[in-house]
Amino acid sequence: MEERNLICVTCPVGCNLTVVLDGDEIVEVRGAGCRRGEDFVREELTDPRRMLASTVRVAGGQYPLVPVRSVEPLPKALLLPTARLLRRVVLRAPVAEHQVVVKDVLNSGVSIVTSRSMPVCKDSHRG
Amino acid sequence: MKMMSCDVLVIGSGPAGLAAATRAREEGAQSVLVLERNPEFGGILPQCIHNGFGVRVFGSDLTGPEYAQRWIQKAISASVALQMETMVLEIRPGPTVIASSARDGLIEVRAKALVLAMGCRERPRGALAIPGTRPSGVYTAGTAQRLVNMEGYVPGESVVILGSGDIGMIMARRLTLEGAKIEAMLEVQPWVSGLRRNLVQCVQDYDIPLHTQTTVVEVRGRDRVEEIVAARVNDAWQPIAGTEWTIGCDTLLLSVGLVPENELSRQVGVRLDDRTGGPVVDERYATSLPGVFAAGNVVHVYDVVDDVSEAAMVAGESAARWAAGEGSHGHGHIRVAAGENVHHVVPQKVQRERLPAGFTLAFRAMRPIEAPAVMTVRADGELLARRRLRYARPSEMLVIEVPPSKLGILDATEELVVDVVAVT
Amino acid sequence: MRSYDVVIIGAGVVGSLTARALSRYQLDVLLVEKCADVGEGTTKGNSAIVHAGYDAVPGTLKAEMNAAGNPMYVELCDELDVDFQRCGTYVVGVSDDDLLTLDDLYERGLRNGIDGLAIISGQEMRGREPAVTEACVGALYAETGGIVDPFQLCFAAAENAVVNGVELWLETEALGFVREGDRVVGVRTTRGTVGARWVVISAGLWADELLNDLDYHRLEITPRKGEYFVLDKRAGDLVNSVLFPCPTPISKGIVVTRTIHGNLMIGPNAQNVPDKDDRATTPDGLREIMAGARKLVPGIRDRDVIRTFAGLRAGGNTGDFVIERLPTAQNVVALAGIESPGLTAAPAIAQHAVDLLAEAGMPRTQKASYQPRRQGIPRFADLSYKEREALIAEDPRYGNVVCRCEMVTEGEVVAACHAPIPAQTYDAVKRRTRVGSGRCQGGFDTPLVLEIMSRELGLPVTEITKRGERSRMVARRTKDVPA
Repeated sequence: MEERNLICVTCPVGCNLTVVLDGDEIVEVRGAGCRRGEDFVREELTDPRRMLASTVRVAGGQYPLVPVRSVEPLPKALLLPTARLLRRVVLRAPVAEHQVVVKDVLNSGVSIVTSRSMPVCKDSHRG
Repeated sequence: MKMMSCDVLVIGSGPAGLAAATRAREEGAQSVLVLERNPEFGGILPQCIHNGFGVRVFGSDLTGPEYAQRWIQKAISASVALQMETMVLEIRPGPTVIASSARDGLIEVRAKALVLAMGCRERPRGALAIPGTRPSGVYTAGTAQRLVNMEGYVPGESVVILGSGDIGMIMARRLTLEGAKIEAMLEVQPWVSGLRRNLVQCVQDYDIPLHTQTTVVEVRGRDRVEEIVAARVNDAWQPIAGTEWTIGCDTLLLSVGLVPENELSRQVGVRLDDRTGGPVVDERYATSLPGVFAAGNVVHVYDVVDDVSEAAMVAGESAARWAAGEGSHGHGHIRVAAGENVHHVVPQKVQRERLPAGFTLAFRAMRPIEAPAVMTVRADGELLARRRLRYARPSEMLVIEVPPSKLGILDATEELVVDVVAVT
Repeated sequence: MRSYDVVIIGAGVVGSLTARALSRYQLDVLLVEKCADVGEGTTKGNSAIVHAGYDAVPGTLKAEMNAAGNPMYVELCDELDVDFQRCGTYVVGVSDDDLLTLDDLYERGLRNGIDGLAIISGQEMRGREPAVTEACVGALYAETGGIVDPFQLCFAAAENAVVNGVELWLETEALGFVREGDRVVGVRTTRGTVGARWVVISAGLWADELLNDLDYHRLEITPRKGEYFVLDKRAGDLVNSVLFPCPTPISKGIVVTRTIHGNLMIGPNAQNVPDKDDRATTPDGLREIMAGARKLVPGIRDRDVIRTFAGLRAGGNTGDFVIERLPTAQNVVALAGIESPGLTAAPAIAQHAVDLLAEAGMPRTQKASYQPRRQGIPRFADLSYKEREALIAEDPRYGNVVCRCEMVTEGEVVAACHAPIPAQTYDAVKRRTRVGSGRCQGGFDTPLVLEIMSRELGLPVTEITKRGERSRMVARRTKDVPA
């Protein structure tokens, strides 16, 4: 039997959870303030997921980067590989908000979209 | 000087400014103008590319830029005039504001009501007087965030972060995703100062070593940061001799506190609260100057942007009423004081005539209570409001509603006191 | 091999003023400086005080040069468009012993020929400076004492020298000399050897090494570190002038002074250090300064501190300035061991250097085109609204404020990048324009200034440094793969 400590991130409370495991089987979850604690533990131990936010390059835009986000949480193991993959992307201004940047990234079923629009660089004294 | 006038003028187009401006128009202000110093709207939001914004206000877990865009849209739809690349230089009684922009030169704006929404700035290294050399590579976390996400530069490859506030933790993750290495995160308190979900998602997820009750006692490096000296601290935050160790790095990021940006407020004579660093406001978010209101981080530092927008809407409404000639400057206020385990309370005063309608108080605990707690509002010892909490943390702003009360009960009261203590 | 009439080694305030003084003559002058900017040594890390001159021991060069230099400041700063304020200085006494010391200083001042000295009562002191300690029982007031920005003075002098024909080589270190008998004929530098008919050594902390190379061993320089706090302009309002404690044998003590920019500055302490590059602040030093400053002005608050720094004095072992032609090299003038009151003395030292060079045969034929007046970069923050409008009308970039705390505009940053001595590092821009000098210490302006510098200097942001060499501001662009 093994005991593991986790902080639940489902809501801002962040309950300190102690999970008792027998091999892969969850025997007990202690410290959960609500039922969602058990759901969180299940997912976190089998298929932990996180939202990804990053940026991609834009050519000809007001700024050289546009922020992007995963539409839904990605498998945790794909965060760094996705971030690395995004380094190779270059969009061309103008860019629309929620424009799809990468569809179904790394076969996750989750797409990466822009978080804002990026207009073409305007002719201001700022250059 | 270009002369302009409007009913309500708002300084800053961040979440506070945009919400105040939009609400002011909805409340009937004829002309509302927002001045923003950056070349895009949204205040600090454009660089906050992570999610966590708008869960309450829009029912959606948005990134900073998305939250900004929603409000920009609302403001435009409400016919709020938005002007970017314009820096306010001075506020004069009136209120009148002098601003500068490359496009228009100097501008004088006469307004019937003014909303201060300048947000806050970060405490720099100098404010902590961290000894050592002064090489390049020392940045506050927010400046690093801007560089990484907007101008597009990674400040360094090997980073130590001092301070476990949310901005520090967010940048730990951001820099890791962009290929830098976070050598360690150091926090002077015994507890993490930001949200626990950020501890998981930004620090633990990336196996970043976190040392609490630890600080930086020296920066070393001739031209660029080469290493820092860390040391354990005691409960009074004083370094403990003999506990020092060096951490090699080329960058020191500081996430050691936000300071409401009130230089303009100070310059025009708005009364400030020493504890918050922001204007003393009442429940309408009116400051001590007639016709001048304040909202958002300029009043006190918030954790959740939705709270900012909600408070700012009250300020916007108040400003619109004032511009329409409906606002009185108060017939007497009751003071609101920080009681046991409370660091500060906003608003710092409440108009007596408000009491029958009820009002909301926002405050922060001084020390965490990781157990059931109770927050109370009392007037001369008499309980006005009480609510149980699962816990109380300095990193999470607390809010308590004071329900409508008969004026008579509080006629003689000069002061309300807010406490938050463990349930005994 | 390039050849010059005069080669000046070291572009601190002394070297720069000497260069300017020489630039009025028909001479080919080269000013070499090992750092990436002028004034990077002691010049930018001191108390910024123009001393009245009572303190120096009568009969010394320190006393003579201080007394001569102080009055020169008014015209000099007017010509060079440098801010200077004769706010007066006070030595504050808190005991009967101190009162005796004040009398001694007063007498000494009279012997040094200083006007405008007076002993005032503790009550009078508090009337003039309400924030002074209640323990004050008397003070020595010196009317002619004042404050200046030493870097600004150095830079303005260097710039005026360059405009008048002096050549300036930055990031060029003098390594040694080429000699012929009892004369020097060349200076070896990291950019090659240059011919020289006369040489001035104004090399601050490193002067003794250069003098040793010329078999002059009378001077040994020990770096003496002094740490400082700079406080918010709000704290600057605590004090109207310069407050000294009663002096000790090694130091004028921990000063509390308003700066010319309106900040409060406190410091320095005095500690000999072995390393000529050691300008690290220390916990003990900072504690010592804060405690010492609070003895004079108890109301100083920690929360008003915006930054700390340390400077190094070129502490000489001869007890006085070394200002002479070298017996071992007749055409070399040493301006060495210039510690306090070096800043005050600098204009007089520069004049004296010219005289010494003339004694060594240097001709002084005036240049018809010599222009003593210099106009600095306009400071938007100091202008009236009318003046600001005119400036913006001329160049809209003066309407774009990029440093909120000090109200510095893009126009000023651009002007700094294209000045006769162009700013090529972030610190160079900062010292010329005040960006990053305010309470947020560059938090807001840094990304904006880097972009402007990149555009104006034609440099990628990744190559911009804080102060030259390997002090890069950023590591790489966000999406470039780390090396």
